Amino acid sequence: MAIVEATGIHKHFGALHVLKGVDLVVEEKQLVFVIGPSGSGKSTLLRCLNRLEEPSGGAIVVDGVDMLSPRTDINKARQRIGMVFQSFNLYPHMTALGNVTLALRKVLGLGRAEAEKRGQAALDRVHLADRAGHFPGQLSGGQQQRVAIARAIALEPRVMLFDEPTSALDPELVGGVLEAMRELRQDGMTMVVVSHEMAFARAAADRVVFMADGAVVESGTPDEVFGNPQHERTKAFIGQIGRH
Amino acid sequence: MTNWERFVDSFFNARVAVEYFPKIVEGFWLTIVLAACIIVTGLAAGLLLAVVRAFAIRPLNLLIIFVVDLFRALPPLVIIALLYFGLPAAGLSMDGFVCAWIALAAVLMAFSEEIFWAGITAVPKGQWEAARSTGLGFLQTLGYVVLPQALRMTIPPLTNRTIAITKGTALASVVAVPDILGAANAGVSFSFNPTPLTMGAAAYLVLFLPVVIFGRWVETRFAWKR
Repeated sequence: MAIVEATGIHKHFGALHVLKGVDLVVEEKQLVFVIGPSGSGKSTLLRCLNRLEEPSGGAIVVDGVDMLSPRTDINKARQRIGMVFQSFNLYPHMTALGNVTLALRKVLGLGRAEAEKRGQAALDRVHLADRAGHFPGQLSGGQQQRVAIARAIALEPRVMLFDEPTSALDPELVGGVLEAMRELRQDGMTMVVVSHEMAFARAAADRVVFMADGAVVESGTPDEVFGNPQHERTKAFIGQIGRH
Repeated sequence: MTNWERFVDSFFNARVAVEYFPKIVEGFWLTIVLAACIIVTGLAAGLLLAVVRAFAIRPLNLLIIFVVDLFRALPPLVIIALLYFGLPAAGLSMDGFVCAWIALAAVLMAFSEEIFWAGITAVPKGQWEAARSTGLGFLQTLGYVVLPQALRMTIPPLTNRTIAITKGTALASVVAVPDILGAANAGVSFSFNPTPLTMGAAAYLVLFLPVVIFGRWVETRFAWKR
């Protein structure tokens, strides 16, 4: 069953045509990796899926909900779509637990005790149960990103979107975040990941989508795309990545 | 009388001081009440306007910007005079206290709206996106995520601006409000001696010096916090 079905997505920023009719289908429990040179529109595509970016055209259905219909309650729909950002975006004035429980209390309407129980469990899943009372400023970048993951999974979303989750991290902190993502994947989470972590893509992805200039150039299993790319652009990109 | 005796007799005349002390104290309390009214309504209105502005409804925002610029440009005394001496011509008369309150609250509203708005826009866009991505609505995001961060940033400039405008309560004396300055001026007129003005100045110091020191403390405290 497809959790995400995006068809013919267009996005214009003024005169700039950033997405030129992109299709993306993500099956349940799949991890789909979106790669491509910067400016190819991968982050914009991801942000269109939960309508942080308003698509200029196309259709997006997530977990059976028509995301672009005016009748859709976007706040309700977004509860089922977790998102993790490059710059973490934790709320600096709240503790780790406060970050995780805010939406549980204000969106799901849980009481404090119940929300904190679930929040604590979510922090436990990213191995940060002992940091619940810390403020973001007191955590390392890797820990902050794991709190951000906990904040998203606490809502028990049907799909998780990762927008370059490790790009802002020091190299030694990347591992912990990828580990948390790997565990999430093992628990059967459906995931769409925009990232430059090619080794992780090879190891964990079910499908790799290569984008360039606002369009999907090719997609397939990691072996197909990395091992035997069909298009020149893909070959050039993979070749460049492989050189360092 | 030597010069020194004349000076003391003029500005530190014990007989006059005793006589007008009760009036100055009454003015002191009146100034506190007026200042409190201005601060509460001015800041509340400023915050409300900044929140409305966050909705980004273009015609409404243009109106807000116009009103804010108007009250930032007009000297407070001119607003007070317009309300007190101008409105009766339109068949609407208010006492001096209310005129001073409305005028200074409007000025504080204008300046504080700009400060609140600057604070709101200084909160990174990613904070909005993170909150909205978890299903929080616009107002929830503003209330739980953006405003708490924005307000923390605005406290130092807001404190300074509030002190500056609240000192303008002295302008109320122009429209017959017996605040500190009003009471002191009246005292001077009746006693032919400026000692009540000395007492008035002292009363302002007693009132505002702690506030200024508090403002300094707030400024340093929040300076290293972020």
